[in-house]
Amino acid sequence: MSEFVLQIDGKEVTAREGMTIVEAAKTAGIKIPTLCHHDQLEPYGACRICTVEAEANGRNQLVAACVYPAEKGMVVQTKTEKLAKIRKVLIEQMMAHAPDAPQLLELAAEYGADRDRFDKDPSFCILCGLCVRYCNEVKKKNAIGYIDRGPRREISFIPDVAGKECWDCKECFPLCPTSALQAAYVLTEALATPPEEPQEAGCACTGSCSGCGP
Amino acid sequence: MCMDITRIDQIIDNHNAEQSSLIQILLDIQAEHHWLPKQALDRVAEKLDVPMNRIQHITTFYKAFSQVPKGRHQIHVCMGTACHVRGAQKVLDVLSDATGIKAGETDAELKFSLETVNCLGCCALGPVMVVDGEYHGNVAPAQAADVLKNYE
Repeated sequence: MSEFVLQIDGKEVTAREGMTIVEAAKTAGIKIPTLCHHDQLEPYGACRICTVEAEANGRNQLVAACVYPAEKGMVVQTKTEKLAKIRKVLIEQMMAHAPDAPQLLELAAEYGADRDRFDKDPSFCILCGLCVRYCNEVKKKNAIGYIDRGPRREISFIPDVAGKECWDCKECFPLCPTSALQAAYVLTEALATPPEEPQEAGCACTGSCSGCGP
Repeated sequence: MCMDITRIDQIIDNHNAEQSSLIQILLDIQAEHHWLPKQALDRVAEKLDVPMNRIQHITTFYKAFSQVPKGRHQIHVCMGTACHVRGAQKVLDVLSDATGIKAGETDAELKFSLETVNCLGCCALGPVMVVDGEYHGNVAPAQAADVLKNYE
């Protein structure tokens, strides 16, 4: 595999083709803050906290370092005033959802983020997708997924699968950057709600099927 | 059990049980049953070898899908700006009275589901109501209930 050199924070870094900026920086011991990144999982780019300034081909862009591939001759800045500002707002927005998450508190202290800047909407989930992706990609159980969309999007266990698989696994719990309790809570809630009985829910037929007769 | 599982299989086979046809299959089932019963989704998941969390993500993402039973006839009332200023709210109120359900609800006999939409793109016809895909333009609130009489 071909190797090339790029510059991260003024340091010459050798990277292999196909590496993302986060991976390249890691080999040089440069730490880029991440929340939704996990070594075992496909890059996702949900939290944007890893945003860096990357200059390649004469263009300076803001890119998510966890998904953006490292390029030859690229000049990357991971700690600039502009980035600190962006990260600060991102943290503040996430803290509206998960005000007491340890990782967020740590980042907030580093970037001077105000946890009370935005009105609280404590869903405890920042939709990093670690649990969903870990279950899909590593465990291949597909026990948890997203439901709904936009501001109403949330994670939800599939009761049928979760009832069988989750009690002995729970490997997603410690991955959660906000609070493992959230995962536990959703799991319990999903399992406590039995799947709907179709008869009770109402039958769309006109009384012709066997289940609907008197 | 209420749902004809062989019919579901037929719909799936019409699309050669291809994973890429998942949304089309779900739309066909939705069109036939007016909602997506759980057994149907289980069957689709099994036949297409698509995980349930993906199906759930898709069915909750699109408004075209319903995971609760819907009436045999879908009423959509346009609440867009043009319809709004021409009295869409009154039309909705009349329909609500006539069917006994509020917007977003389905009646107990599963006859009607009442839904609001934000613009149907035919603002010159406002206020517009749509029943089962049939457009009724310039409906006066007084006429709105009569339109429903044509549906059983």
